[in-house]
Amino acid sequence: MSIIDTAKQAAQGLMQGAIEKLVPLAPDSWIPGGRPDPLIAHKHGLIGTPVSRRDGALKVKGEAGFAAEFRFDDMAYAALAYATIPRGRITAIDSAAADAAPGVVLVMTHLNAPRMNTPGVFGSSPTAVGPADLPILQDDRIHWNGQPIACVLAETQEQADHAASLLGFTYDAEPSTTSLEGAKANGREPGLFMGQPLHNRIGDADAALATAPHVVDQVYRTPRHNHNPIEPHAATIAWIDGALVIHDASQMVTAQAQTIGEIFDLEPDKVRLTSPYVGGGFGCKGLWDHQIIGAAAAKLAGRPVRITLSREGVYRVVGGRSLTEQRVAIGATAEGRFDALVHTGLSIMTPHNNMPEPFILGTRAAYACPNISLQVDIARMNMLANTFMRAPGEAVGTFALECAVDELAVDLGIDPVELRILNEPDKDPTSGLAFSSRHIVEAWRNGADHFGWADRSVEPATRRDGEWQIGMGCATGTYPYYRMPGAQARITLTRDGDAVRALIEVAAAEMGMGTSTTTAIVGAERLGLSLDQVEVGYGDSSIPGAIMAGGSQQTAAIGAAVIAAHNALVAELLKLAGNDSPLAGLSADTVGSEDAGLAKIDDPTQRESYASILTRAQRDSVTVTAAAAQPLELMHWSMHSHSAIFCEVRVNAVTGETRVSRILGSFDCGRILNPKTAKSQFRGGIIMGLGMALMEETQFDERNGRIMNPSLAEYHIPVHLDVPEIDVIWTDIADPHTPMGAHGIGEIGITGVAAAVANAVYNATGKRVRDLPITLDKLL
Amino acid sequence: MSFVVNGNAVPGPADPRVSLLDHLRETLHLTGTKKGCNQGACGACTVLVDGERILSCLALAVQYDGREITTIEGLAETAALHPLQAAFIEHDGFQCGYCTPGQICSAIGMAAEARRGVPSHVSADLAADVILTRDEIQERMSGNLCRCGAHNGIIDAIQATMAPAPTAETSAELAA
Repeated sequence: MSIIDTAKQAAQGLMQGAIEKLVPLAPDSWIPGGRPDPLIAHKHGLIGTPVSRRDGALKVKGEAGFAAEFRFDDMAYAALAYATIPRGRITAIDSAAADAAPGVVLVMTHLNAPRMNTPGVFGSSPTAVGPADLPILQDDRIHWNGQPIACVLAETQEQADHAASLLGFTYDAEPSTTSLEGAKANGREPGLFMGQPLHNRIGDADAALATAPHVVDQVYRTPRHNHNPIEPHAATIAWIDGALVIHDASQMVTAQAQTIGEIFDLEPDKVRLTSPYVGGGFGCKGLWDHQIIGAAAAKLAGRPVRITLSREGVYRVVGGRSLTEQRVAIGATAEGRFDALVHTGLSIMTPHNNMPEPFILGTRAAYACPNISLQVDIARMNMLANTFMRAPGEAVGTFALECAVDELAVDLGIDPVELRILNEPDKDPTSGLAFSSRHIVEAWRNGADHFGWADRSVEPATRRDGEWQIGMGCATGTYPYYRMPGAQARITLTRDGDAVRALIEVAAAEMGMGTSTTTAIVGAERLGLSLDQVEVGYGDSSIPGAIMAGGSQQTAAIGAAVIAAHNALVAELLKLAGNDSPLAGLSADTVGSEDAGLAKIDDPTQRESYASILTRAQRDSVTVTAAAAQPLELMHWSMHSHSAIFCEVRVNAVTGETRVSRILGSFDCGRILNPKTAKSQFRGGIIMGLGMALMEETQFDERNGRIMNPSLAEYHIPVHLDVPEIDVIWTDIADPHTPMGAHGIGEIGITGVAAAVANAVYNATGKRVRDLPITLDKLL
Repeated sequence: MSFVVNGNAVPGPADPRVSLLDHLRETLHLTGTKKGCNQGACGACTVLVDGERILSCLALAVQYDGREITTIEGLAETAALHPLQAAFIEHDGFQCGYCTPGQICSAIGMAAEARRGVPSHVSADLAADVILTRDEIQERMSGNLCRCGAHNGIIDAIQATMAPAPTAETSAELAA
């Protein structure tokens, strides 16, 4: 990260700040979402009914084609070699044996790789999604232990893997920082997240803390994590007539195609990136070195390339979540009202990326408190660039905050549910904005009721079943409502006789969230069609607009783009309808869709079917493309999703083993569009939270910066026997200011879970573990 | 050498280093069987050999001369879905779908093991007939990782198909 980049980010932050000052003051009606989406009033349509995934049959038959399953004629297979020092230079490469190995097509290193531009690091421009601001195979420099430094192409994967193992490298090591203490000693900097400082100060928290009658002041630690989607990263790549075609596994198809185009000096229409199925992402299926190396090797060899990372390769090339050290201090009155809230600490990143784990984000809007101090500092280490992982910030931030709230509840002798409800804010405590939709108290009450919270033993370490100690815990989860700019939708309405069909295309990604199914549900409802009349296209950079499956924003971004495209479709159809239509003379804003046609909103008897309009206009189809309104609503309201997590654990008094026996998530996330896939999303997040609580840790060798457990055998994730039946309920109260009244729900599930487990472990054993994961050695 | 995959005789590999998984995916283009870790830790590559579940990434293709292999593509006898495939859709037993073929093949092999009386870590009586309780299914399926978190739906689908709850009819039979 250069000083110039930092200055540019700060400037972007200032501009953002100026807009943020004006937008909150504007009247609601000027803001997107100022008038509720009419679909919110549709109570008994498709929205809210459980629908099975439309790609279900393909997936259970093994017929869904993932990135490593595309083929090109004459395709070569790639294998990578990785650096074994954390920092320095390559002084010599011995490739004689690899060059001579059977089947080898190419050995590519920095000495012979094509010249390429350095990728723009994520966020440095609207289209940049590079992993770091580092050149890739362009010089002899090593920046992390595991950096890819050579690529072998061969006729088969076995030949490529073998040849890569024959490569020899000589290094000149340079001083590096690979320990947490070393990084701290080098100095701290204030963290900037998306151009904005990770810092808030309201009142004087230190002074309030010093005089508060009840104080909790603790440090909580979370380790590195890896996403570990079961599909390893892969790309199948070909240069065809000067254009680059990449079949990839991507959460950001368009932005990735744009960044790759910039790297290879290609016009935007000369890169096509498809990603029809993504075998799990959780934040890591973006642009990393391997796609760029694969494209460079394909160019140099003049052959298509399949590059699939080994599982170890994923750990070497694809960054994970960084570690954090967080201090949470809460000062409270005797009645339990918060008077001081401090959430500060440190996260680690590299000299070449800009992703401080923003663990204070969820704290900003969590509790009413007159004195708040929040700050994320960063220190830098020579390691693989860290990145977004499911609920970056909130996943680990809620662990620290919600454990501290539980500790305070114990100190005060107040039920932790009641303590949270007592400190519920009536407006955003740091921004001062009104909440767009916040029904967290209802979520707490519903959850406590369903879970049987009243049966909890208040005194810790008092319930026992043989050698198993039993306890209950709870925590709040939270994740913001986001909607990123740049989304577009294209709607094509086609007539075949009297039958009509709609194709809705969005440059979005489907990683199993159910996006394609939900988009069809919402699209059918909006267009007044049945589900089987609507087809959804996605996962292709040739579709207009850019939509990222990140920040839990995809559903909202698609929703807003489809609203815009639907408005354009209505206007276009009214034009085509002409003077002989029952709709003649009506303006687009007085007309809506219903029952496969257009109708006047306040007099639906005045209507004409799509088929009739198109027939009279002698058209077989009509296509419109429109961009979503700018997401100004994010600056006008404080917009968040919420959850109340309840959990029961059994801790073995002999072995220290913790088993989660029951867990319930009570969610307040706007209107739920497809209960079937939503429940799976919530459960999936909760299960990743169980992993974070009890077993997940990327082990990093502080002597040399190498990840020591780069495998699914040694990085433990929850398996079937670790996962109890997970109860999920929701308020289903529409947010009046979002498309469909919905919120994205991909990330909220993981938040709060680790704290709920840790708090239950305390209730079971009387032991506080403030250092994740809660492994048995910490309980003995 | 040759072996039978989904009822069809197919050639063996040209290179003895080729795993059964890579042979299926790269030579036979049967990409329904997935590679998740290539070291036997995730179960995504599970296929059935003569009805038994194996990890095809840890198997050299040349070892399977003359054996009968069933992959996800060969489970359904007709164009319709195998009942377990249908149950996975009904119970939303997947999200991204990448671990799914391995989960389904593994569950079919698992049910056969249970019918043969093979005990598991959670079996209270090693000599008794195996009843596929939820615990038994969870334990026996723990070699198949899922990261999206579809565990509940996967177990629901397997339980509904392989160990259905007693109906009035079967209960009456049991009582008699």
